[in-house]
Amino acid sequence: MDVLVPLPVAIPLLSAAVVTAIGHWCGRRFDDLIAIGATAATLVISLLLVFRSNEHELVYWFGGWRPRDGVALGISFTVDPGSAAVATLVSTLALAALVFSWRYFDEVGKLFPVLMLLFVGAMCGFALAGDLFNLFVWFELMSVVAYALTGYGVEHAGPLEGAINFAVTNTVGSFCILFGIGFLYARTGALNLAQIGEALAGHRADGLVIVAFTLLVGGFMTKAGAVPFHFWLSDAYAVAPIPVCILLAGVMSDLGLHAVGRIYWTAFSGTLSAGDIRPVLVGFGLVTAIVGGFMCFLQRDLKRMLAFATISNIGSVLVGIALLTRSGLAGSIVYLNTNGLLRGAAFVAVGILVRRFKSGDELDLRGRGRRAPIAGAVLVAAALALALLPPFGPFLANALVVDSAIALGYGWVPPLLALAAVLSAGTILRAAGRIFGGLGAGEDPLLSHEPEESQAEPDDDRRVSPPLMWIPAGALAVVGLGLAFVPELAGHALRDAGRVVDRSSHAREVLGGVAPPAAPIPPYSPSATAYAYGIASAGGALAFAAFGLYRRRLPISLRRAAARAAAGPVAGLKELHSGVVGDYVAWLTAGVALLGGLVAVVVR
Amino acid sequence: MSYLPFVLAAWIFVVGIFGIVRSRHYIHLVVCLSLTQSSTYVLLLSIGYVKHGGAPIFKDVPQGTRAVDPVVQALTLTDIVVSVTVAALVLALAIQAKKHAKTMNPDELRPVRG
Repeated sequence: MDVLVPLPVAIPLLSAAVVTAIGHWCGRRFDDLIAIGATAATLVISLLLVFRSNEHELVYWFGGWRPRDGVALGISFTVDPGSAAVATLVSTLALAALVFSWRYFDEVGKLFPVLMLLFVGAMCGFALAGDLFNLFVWFELMSVVAYALTGYGVEHAGPLEGAINFAVTNTVGSFCILFGIGFLYARTGALNLAQIGEALAGHRADGLVIVAFTLLVGGFMTKAGAVPFHFWLSDAYAVAPIPVCILLAGVMSDLGLHAVGRIYWTAFSGTLSAGDIRPVLVGFGLVTAIVGGFMCFLQRDLKRMLAFATISNIGSVLVGIALLTRSGLAGSIVYLNTNGLLRGAAFVAVGILVRRFKSGDELDLRGRGRRAPIAGAVLVAAALALALLPPFGPFLANALVVDSAIALGYGWVPPLLALAAVLSAGTILRAAGRIFGGLGAGEDPLLSHEPEESQAEPDDDRRVSPPLMWIPAGALAVVGLGLAFVPELAGHALRDAGRVVDRSSHAREVLGGVAPPAAPIPPYSPSATAYAYGIASAGGALAFAAFGLYRRRLPISLRRAAARAAAGPVAGLKELHSGVVGDYVAWLTAGVALLGGLVAVVVR
Repeated sequence: MSYLPFVLAAWIFVVGIFGIVRSRHYIHLVVCLSLTQSSTYVLLLSIGYVKHGGAPIFKDVPQGTRAVDPVVQALTLTDIVVSVTVAALVLALAIQAKKHAKTMNPDELRPVRG
């Protein structure tokens, strides 16, 4: 057993305890330094785990409670490069957020670094957990910490409402997960995912299994923010402090999907056939990607815009997972990591704007961003990469998904994925053009109203040192863009996905300790079709940004017709995002019912 | 085994969700949330129930004594802790809403829309 495995959880949690216990007697910067040091250590160890798990899984049984005769009573962490990469992403973003938040929360004491450390520990635990009980415990810990962090600026109405909506909706989602765990335990007598998979394999999926699958996937999609479970997300991410947004939007949403992929392949793939449920999950993913992109276009508040861009990206990751192929899963792994870094970088860039100009509003900031060129460069670079511009990470991920979709006969999926990228990345480019280039009109009636309340960000900029703001932005952008140039990145992702997809040999490895022979790294180079989609969507995003900026120069008749056609859907979509938590829970329930109904129909 | 506990769990869950959806007051909302959560306790405990089983304490009892499943009891305990944490947090936020926004009604406290 590798002693490093529990450390990405243990280090942040213990450091949080240390800061809470002795922080009172130490200097003002002590807690920040401990937090940054602990997160950096977590980052290094997670990165080491990526390399160490390269050949075969690292399975760590706490207290040495190894499984006997295929029965696992103990608790395990199961590490493969995919899950270790998520832990690395968590600690990278947290490190950037902590550096950015240096002197950010001076007035409110020591709670912030403690909460951030707990958040990091919980998310790493969630990424590495090998059984359902622990998955649930880490899920709850990270959720509760996230509610508290979202509502950090309690003296404003926005964060309060966002945090309450977030807390209530996600708690209902966690009940669904708990019900699902209960049903699975009742059927299999097991909590370890691999053991559940062994118990279910070969049996025809009956009502109980379908209900359990629906509840688990529905619960995790609530955390991820897939439509129609997504309503809380835009409310919460739009009001959380920027350093928190970096983590929420960068990785927490993706963790829900990470869990969906893991649970399907490890526990359910032996009983629910991929061909049956593929169309259902792909449908949810595509609707999420398009609706997120469309709502993104309607925003003028930058944080809310990025929140909807996150939803759109989540939809694309979900499509990758939902194809239920090795290549699709590999694409989702690459997408999750590169997009997380790039969205984090975009949020830091927005944070720089908010702190310098006291506004996070696209129209209000028009032309004022020229004095913050680094933020502009980061935002444009991140948006272009998110628009699937070759050769960066999102393009590579999309290429894996596109090739897999075409091979499956889902040739209609890639154009819709490209459309989603055009909508969300094009909107970010539009905002960047307006803010940093002074382009376009100063008014746009189509966009949502300006938020009534000012940003809940600290408003003393006396002691802000600029490098502490642009270093995290630049570093995240460089790493996010540079990840694509890691040699054989796609090949590694494919090999890792191949191990996740092979349920029975994964179960033998976890439960019996029998490591399969190391597979060679499959060669991969994107097809010409994938390049075409990448270039088309990057060009489309630029054109869409120009459309957003210069809509008024189109012929009046064309504009009238478009306005008439769009008025209904636009008003309807805006009305749906009502900000009332009861509506959100109603949508969640309806979404779970829809998911369950569709799964039941396709399986029967 | 009787289906009654499962029907009861489903009933409590549905009633709780209905309460959350219709809620016009944050305190009421928290109570409904806790109510919904109690449906998970019923479900978990009924899964682990064994007829004529004792408490899962194996000190000073002969081997092979019937006992209920301790795993779901541990799950339930964890669940209760979670429930208390979430309730406390949302109540704290509700107090802040009352203090700063002067309202306890989710319909009135909604600066972000669309």
